Amino acid sequence: MVRTHATTPRDNTSLFAVGGILGIFLLLALVIAGRAQDAAMEMHAWMFVALATLFIASLSLWAGGLGERNPFDESEYEDTIVKWGVFASMFWGIAGLLVGVIIASQLTFPNLFYFPELGWTNFGRLRPLHTSAVIFAFGGNVLMATSFYVVQRTCRTRLAGGMWPWFVFWGYQIFIVLAATGYLAGVTQSKEYAEPEWYADLWLTLVWVAYLLVFLGTLWKRKEPHIYVANWFYLSFIVTIAMLHIVNNLSVPVSLTGSKSVQVFSGVQDAMTQWWYGHNAVGFFLTTGFLAIMYYFIPKRVNRPVYSYRLSIVHFWSLIFIYIWAGPHHLHYTALPQWAQTLGMAFSIMLWMPSWGGMINGVMTLSGAWDKLRTDPVVRMMIVSLAFYGMATFEGPLMSVRAVNALSHYTEWGIGHVHSGALGWVGYISFGAIYCLVPWLWKRKALYSKSLVEWHFWISTIGILFYMISMWFAGITEGLMWRAYNQFGFLEYSFVETVEAKHISYMIRALGGLLYFSGAVIMAYNLVRTVLGHGEATDAINLTPAEQGVRPMLQPAE
Amino acid sequence: MYEALSSFAQTGGLIYFVLMFAAALTYALWPSNKSKFEDAAQLPLSDKGPDDE
Repeated sequence: MVRTHATTPRDNTSLFAVGGILGIFLLLALVIAGRAQDAAMEMHAWMFVALATLFIASLSLWAGGLGERNPFDESEYEDTIVKWGVFASMFWGIAGLLVGVIIASQLTFPNLFYFPELGWTNFGRLRPLHTSAVIFAFGGNVLMATSFYVVQRTCRTRLAGGMWPWFVFWGYQIFIVLAATGYLAGVTQSKEYAEPEWYADLWLTLVWVAYLLVFLGTLWKRKEPHIYVANWFYLSFIVTIAMLHIVNNLSVPVSLTGSKSVQVFSGVQDAMTQWWYGHNAVGFFLTTGFLAIMYYFIPKRVNRPVYSYRLSIVHFWSLIFIYIWAGPHHLHYTALPQWAQTLGMAFSIMLWMPSWGGMINGVMTLSGAWDKLRTDPVVRMMIVSLAFYGMATFEGPLMSVRAVNALSHYTEWGIGHVHSGALGWVGYISFGAIYCLVPWLWKRKALYSKSLVEWHFWISTIGILFYMISMWFAGITEGLMWRAYNQFGFLEYSFVETVEAKHISYMIRALGGLLYFSGAVIMAYNLVRTVLGHGEATDAINLTPAEQGVRPMLQPAE
Repeated sequence: MYEALSSFAQTGGLIYFVLMFAAALTYALWPSNKSKFEDAAQLPLSDKGPDDE
């Protein structure tokens, strides 16, 4: 590596700024802890005090031990934060999947893990814990880690902001802990996928604005003339999530030292805001962010440029302009004006085209290298994720049609649809990216074991199929049972009969979830052995040029 | 008022979206942008560090 300028002296501004802002919030939390109106607020205030103290103490110890060293050296990439992000992703991913297996078992066998005297074991509290853990804790950490990795490589510059990326990372973990413990303690504002109360929302807003500024700052000082398409997707994810989060969480706290708040919107306006948020969380969190992963990691892994860069531009602009209008399809047959329902449905059907355009662009990147599907299970995982993406984005528009929605809405079909997207698309593209990242970041020649990746792939794929097919079956069954009338015009089935009909499907679903969870545990084991340098993950010093072509050049030692 | 607003949103929305899509398509397919996009497509394949020439 050729150095063009000497190491620059350290700029401590961001260190003091991050320490200062943590100190201010620490004091605020202390005041709230002393005057808390309810037990939940008291618990969270003390928890914040503890976590912020830990953060400040670690920061001070670390900064004190730096000596003359500049940890923000512009001639190196910031990779340590990506390593932490990979660890956090796997940790929260496994925790979230485990809670999923528990609640699937609770639905199957209602007496399982149910203790009436312990409110936190109730399905109603564990369900948001599961959804938020897998979407925001796992997915969010994957997106942060990969976006920090990709934006540096494609802009050929170090992350902007010195200490600020670390504030974003640890601040986000603090939000996750507040949200998760809040759910278990019964703190919720009762908005699906936006359950955390006002104080956690405000903290997340601060963290997210810092994330946006770090990302924009890095783009700003890029050394490449172009902004690679993956960064456009990441940027749309960060900007839109900021907008959605702020508008959907507009609320007035009952007391500044209490955990409860009152929503600003009510009635159908609140429902529309909620599903504008809810569907765009799917669109801009679970889709554009992970499409960014697709646009970087698939070309990088197979060492050839994306199939069509022009298609990626049309893909980006049409996807983001259409997605934002699709939310009303969650409100068919409600008080929402019918033209708005139809509008949501029409935009959902239009979404099919950009979605499939993007999928084809990703899959066709393998054109001329199809053998990698057979020889590289990581590539196969990412391509199969696109197959699931294509399937889920075909099924979604279908379900948004009002007549189909009349059958599918409120049934298990919806749960099956969400999980084919979440387990198949989001899960697999994330696992693929992490399988790429670990050897790259820890400078290993390969993963510890390729055959363990094969095991992970097949066990999880069978798990997803069990999940999807059982939920299609359960959903269509209960949908048809709900609408069945007898010859006297009465409903044919009582509600409990429709629940009883799903019992076998629920068992198969729980088994599918368990298989998927087992795959993730195998993955974690494989990654730990890779980091330790065991098996095929020997040190990468004696690489052949061909091998070097598929991994980044060694960075100067940290 | 409601009728007027909703019909404006529907017709105006249609025109706005057709124009935006036409603009994106023109930008993507404009012949002189071809080499720019080809360079950009190569970005992930580079293994350069921040200071490499």
